[in-house]
Amino acid sequence: MNRLKIKKYAPRVVVNALVIFAMIIWIVPTLGLFITSFRSASDVARTGWWTVLNSPLKFTQYTFENYKNVLSTGGMSTAFRNSFIITIGGTVVPVFLAALAAFGLSKLHFGGRTFFYSLIVMMMVIPTQMTFVPVLRLYNKLSMSGTFVGLWLVHTGYGLPFAIFMLHNFFQALPDDLFQAAYIDGASVWVTFTRLALPLSVPAIASLVIFQFLFVWNDLLVALIYLGGHETVAPLTVRLSSLVGSYGQDWHLLTAAAFVSMIVPLIVFFSLQKYFVRGILGGSVKG
Amino acid sequence: MKRKVGFWKPFLYVGPAVVFLLVYQLYPAVQTVILSFKDRRSEHFVGLANYKYVFTSPTMLRAFTNNLLWVIFFTIGTVGMGLIFAVLVDRVKYESLAKSVIFMPMAVSFVGAGVVWKFMYNYRPPGAEQIGLLNQILVVLGFEPKGWLLETPLNNFALIAVGLWIWTGYCMVILSAAYKGIPRELLEAGQVDGANDLQLFRHVIIPEMKPALSVVVTTMLVNVLKIFDIIYVMTNGNFGTEVIANRMFKEMFQFANTGRASAIAVVLFLIIVPIMYFNIRQKLRGEA
Repeated sequence: MNRLKIKKYAPRVVVNALVIFAMIIWIVPTLGLFITSFRSASDVARTGWWTVLNSPLKFTQYTFENYKNVLSTGGMSTAFRNSFIITIGGTVVPVFLAALAAFGLSKLHFGGRTFFYSLIVMMMVIPTQMTFVPVLRLYNKLSMSGTFVGLWLVHTGYGLPFAIFMLHNFFQALPDDLFQAAYIDGASVWVTFTRLALPLSVPAIASLVIFQFLFVWNDLLVALIYLGGHETVAPLTVRLSSLVGSYGQDWHLLTAAAFVSMIVPLIVFFSLQKYFVRGILGGSVKG
Repeated sequence: MKRKVGFWKPFLYVGPAVVFLLVYQLYPAVQTVILSFKDRRSEHFVGLANYKYVFTSPTMLRAFTNNLLWVIFFTIGTVGMGLIFAVLVDRVKYESLAKSVIFMPMAVSFVGAGVVWKFMYNYRPPGAEQIGLLNQILVVLGFEPKGWLLETPLNNFALIAVGLWIWTGYCMVILSAAYKGIPRELLEAGQVDGANDLQLFRHVIIPEMKPALSVVVTTMLVNVLKIFDIIYVMTNGNFGTEVIANRMFKEMFQFANTGRASAIAVVLFLIIVPIMYFNIRQKLRGEA
């Protein structure tokens, strides 16, 4: 064997071993949670989840009882509905407003647009923590804390800077001539926005929608702050974190509740991963 | 030739967003600075008393120390492992599968990930049947089970490990894209010149990936300074695991002290500004 071959082949085993080892570390914890959520309360308390691997096909050891339990008495079904309501509003409103603003800032020529764009980009340095106390006070005054609308608007306010930044990048890249031609043909600004800019930027908007959707769905802190203790409007993350306190060592229930909170993002992630990755890259470096 | 769109029309497009940013970002940020100089009910000015608390009280100092621990180990860990994985997965046939698996925790909530790991760290006294995988492994190897989340400073590292599990995939995805952007000829030229993998890594790969690396490092720094969910769910800052963001939450809701909560926010802001400045500057460069 010459030197070049050694260099090529020797590490291949090591590379594969390392990657597979990493994959195991990344899969096993979630697998343990998944298996446990289908085991009976007494089994879970008595033995570790890995014991099912002795006879994984013995189906009598699995049960849906935990899921039934957390969805009814655990309040996870209400929380599931709330998460959907919060996330849909918290995604549609900011993405729409961001598209409008990004279009205005990149394709309409007016004095001060550099100023406004810089202002918006500057907002990205403000951590949300800087806004909690005053916004919550404002909300208490307007009776908007504990409401879905209040949360939609908050997620809009927090999500806009990044969303505008990302879409602005994309709109900038669309050729100006295209819009010029549309104007010459008599199209209004609104028509060029809805018929030209939006259809052309479907990939970018899709990335942004998925990004914002997962962000809002998985948010805990903002919901904790602005929904207060109102259980009726609490999303999955808030409900799950309070179950961690109340269920304590009832791992058969906690694991089922955790999985309920993870199922939607996992489906979104595995079916639309390409767009999600693009969204992350769009916000950092050009991919 | 630019089309004249009138004076007010652009504001129909940009205006709503600007209004939102004024109401939800600029106004509250300024307000928070003012509140940080007032008492717990924001009735009287108290000078620097809240800041004195932030920088001298044992609980806050504990939070700062822990956050520093997070900054060091979390940032080095996520970026380091992300970089290594980015290079490694490029060489295996099942690259996209491996990437999906490592990236997956980014899709689920930190609360969900917190429950996953709380279960992994589950502790029962020696002699009892362990149901947490890590302690079972310890027992099988002949060691005593450990209270991963109970013993300080072990618990801080146990929490940081959860952070690594969640965020490494994010770093890997960005760094992998940057790695693939390195011109092949550059790597081949290095190989022809007789550089081994390690030399190639240090003298070609790292310098070529500098822009992406600086974005990832600054993003991780900002994340880790604001870290909240993991601690809130897994220990709620008990057993010496307090961090800055969790302290702020407690001051706000548990102790209803808006002065102190605001001062904590301002300090956090001042630490984050220079990092975000570099982050955004790098992103704007990437845009050009």
